[in-house]
Amino acid sequence: MVTLKKNIAISDSGFVFNPSNGDSFSLNQIGLDMLLQLKDARSEEELKAVILSKYDIDKDTLDSDYYDFLKMLGQFKLLEVS
Amino acid sequence: MKRTITIAVTGLNAIDSPGPGVPVIRALRESKEFDVRIIGLSYETLEPGIYMHDLVDKSYQIPFPKSGQEVLFQRLAYIDSVEDIDLIFPNFDAELFNFIKLAPRLEKELNIKTFLPTVEQFEARHKVNLSEYGKKHGIDVPHSKMIFSTSEIPSIPSEFTYPVVVKGQFYDASIAYNAEQVATYFHKISAKWGLPVIIQQFIYGTEVNLIALGDGKGGTVGMVPMRKTYITDKGKAWAGVALDDDDLLNAGRKLIAATNWRGGLELEYIKSSDDKYYLLEINPRFPAWVYLAVGCGQNLPEQWVKLALGENPTFYDTYSVGKMFIRYSWDMIVDLKEFETISTLGEL
Repeated sequence: MVTLKKNIAISDSGFVFNPSNGDSFSLNQIGLDMLLQLKDARSEEELKAVILSKYDIDKDTLDSDYYDFLKMLGQFKLLEVS
Repeated sequence: MKRTITIAVTGLNAIDSPGPGVPVIRALRESKEFDVRIIGLSYETLEPGIYMHDLVDKSYQIPFPKSGQEVLFQRLAYIDSVEDIDLIFPNFDAELFNFIKLAPRLEKELNIKTFLPTVEQFEARHKVNLSEYGKKHGIDVPHSKMIFSTSEIPSIPSEFTYPVVVKGQFYDASIAYNAEQVATYFHKISAKWGLPVIIQQFIYGTEVNLIALGDGKGGTVGMVPMRKTYITDKGKAWAGVALDDDDLLNAGRKLIAATNWRGGLELEYIKSSDDKYYLLEINPRFPAWVYLAVGCGQNLPEQWVKLALGENPTFYDTYSVGKMFIRYSWDMIVDLKEFETISTLGEL
């Protein structure tokens, strides 16, 4: 299962800090919501259910954006496989 | 009650490629145990620290390292006769050898203490010896070799894969992607820093640095890892952030334990894309970003003072991750009279 690395710091404003390499990022609200779900080790289905209930978005678009987002998080070394 | 102590500090050149003196003094001023009187030791009359009277109580010019140890000793003896110095805190690579060699005499004849690497530690970690150093202590170091002439450049591809880093023996480094660029940098660097010039395998990755203080018995008094987040065109950190990186800390502790490092140091590593650490350089003194460690909760210069006095230091095992430093420039307005005084009398 893919989750966010445990030491990643996330602020309420969407500012993300990786203390392992000093990288920092700014997220919009939907990105922040997705990252918080990943941090809580929610499954893919649970995460998507939360996003679908909160935002006006269709499932196909979410599926596509979800994988793009996950790929990006992986490239930025923010994820770990548990 | 704080103990009063007089400390002479070098490295007052708080310029675009800054010496560590001013941040070291700032750290000492914040000591909870010592009430410090600071004597600045400068090489040039325009080192900004000379004119920072809230940090430096009195400044004296000292002879350049090439003048030799005896000339330096005589100058220090004069300054000590006026100021009654307790400790000397050197901060420049180029001056360290003289201070290391003079240390026993300074203590015996002038009762001035210090806490520096041994000559063996100082020489072994030199850039030209780093490859051997890595092999001896089981530390990953990018392959490197010394070259003394451009006639050696055509043979580089037999040992290295371009790009390579062309380095001066004391300072300067440029990345070369072909033999022509190596030749250009060879001439430029050797003209400034002499021979040999060092060819080092370029490693793709992220540069990370460690500041640390070794107690001389293999123990690490404190250590903070940092990544530069803003780099000047001279490759100096203008901003940086304290990292949480256990692998890097362990690599640093291992090196200090293996070498019984004595004094402050900065370790420069490159973290490769497969998360392997390669040691690029060991600087045998605190770096100019030393105050970040203080900001993170480790006053390493203060503990250095305790070690120099022969006392037990406080060993730090935590620091604040995510603290940042951001350097800035500041124009001081100085009366010509002050410049005249340091220029003509050699003290201010």
